[in-house]
Amino acid sequence: MRTLWTLIAVATVAVSTAGLAQQKSASDAIAEYRAMLADGNPADLFEAKGEELWKQKRGPKNVSLEQCNLGKGAGVVKGAFVELPRWFADTGRVQDLESRLLTCMETLQGFDSKVIINTPFGKGEQAKIESLVAWISAESKGMHFNLPQAHTAEKTAYELGKRAFYYRAGPYDFSCASCHGQEGKRIRLQDLPDLTKNPGDGVGFAAWPAYRVSSGELWGMQRRLNDCFRQQRFPYPGYTSDVTVALGVYMGVNAKGAESIAPALKR
Amino acid sequence: MADPMRIRAQAAGDKATVRVLMSHEMETGLRKDASGKAIPAWYIQEVTAQLNGKTVMTAQWGPSVAKNPFLQFSVKGAKAGDKITMSWIDNKGEKRTDEATVS
Repeated sequence: MRTLWTLIAVATVAVSTAGLAQQKSASDAIAEYRAMLADGNPADLFEAKGEELWKQKRGPKNVSLEQCNLGKGAGVVKGAFVELPRWFADTGRVQDLESRLLTCMETLQGFDSKVIINTPFGKGEQAKIESLVAWISAESKGMHFNLPQAHTAEKTAYELGKRAFYYRAGPYDFSCASCHGQEGKRIRLQDLPDLTKNPGDGVGFAAWPAYRVSSGELWGMQRRLNDCFRQQRFPYPGYTSDVTVALGVYMGVNAKGAESIAPALKR
Repeated sequence: MADPMRIRAQAAGDKATVRVLMSHEMETGLRKDASGKAIPAWYIQEVTAQLNGKTVMTAQWGPSVAKNPFLQFSVKGAKAGDKITMSWIDNKGEKRTDEATVS
């Protein structure tokens, strides 16, 4: 008799776990996978490298980047990331983190920014910028996005970014908005954030730069945008080009108030 | 010289949880580069953990471990202030050793 009761109990347990398994959706499983990986985010390794690079004397002039002005005054790193891209008086341009770093590397350290722009992603100085980006963004972790929109150039960049976001072209007649203009869209099993508004804390704009497990590399926003253009079969927009920076302004302003989790972890 | 590891060790109760991030390419030897030539295998073969100089764990690793591997384990009897030493050797004979204090 006792064995029979045990059998029934086992059967009940089996039925209820099967029911649970059905309730768990694919996106839950991905969220679980992300949570498992989040503790050992290899972006930490890039952060450590980035901090070292920031303080290290390098380049033809043998100077460190410690006097670099990221928008909050020379050498201020904390909080700078959540206010980028923004307008800079010295260059007269709206710049994102990566184009600003290029300016600093040119003016302070004496690097030729053209050479760096033409270096492939993940190679040479480009790889160094990715580490720098990891560290600088990590210094603003948990802060909320608040991009300035006071300057005319910043407003223009927002409008330009908006146009670029909705611009349909290429063999697929795609625009950024095709995938990121509505809620609840996905590619295969990946949920896509709606970048026309604030999709939530730590999603969309607030989740880059990120470590990509699939490639084992840290991707900055410029590289991420380049991949979007590639997937749409658009021509390569160029590293730190006006259009990529403008898209950064558009997404960043839309993400106002979102909490930055960068450098995040991506599949 | 390989990049340093990131080691975090936290004591809770009678054991300490150790989390280690290692910076390594972990090439399997099965991938090919753009010109079609095989990329030579390059991966961590042995990982050793020491608590105050005494070996508490060794692990044999192979090419199936991910790039920039993350390792987590717990050590019985480790208290705050104890020293955790992690070392690895890869198949090219390169080595790296890093230390952390249990907090």
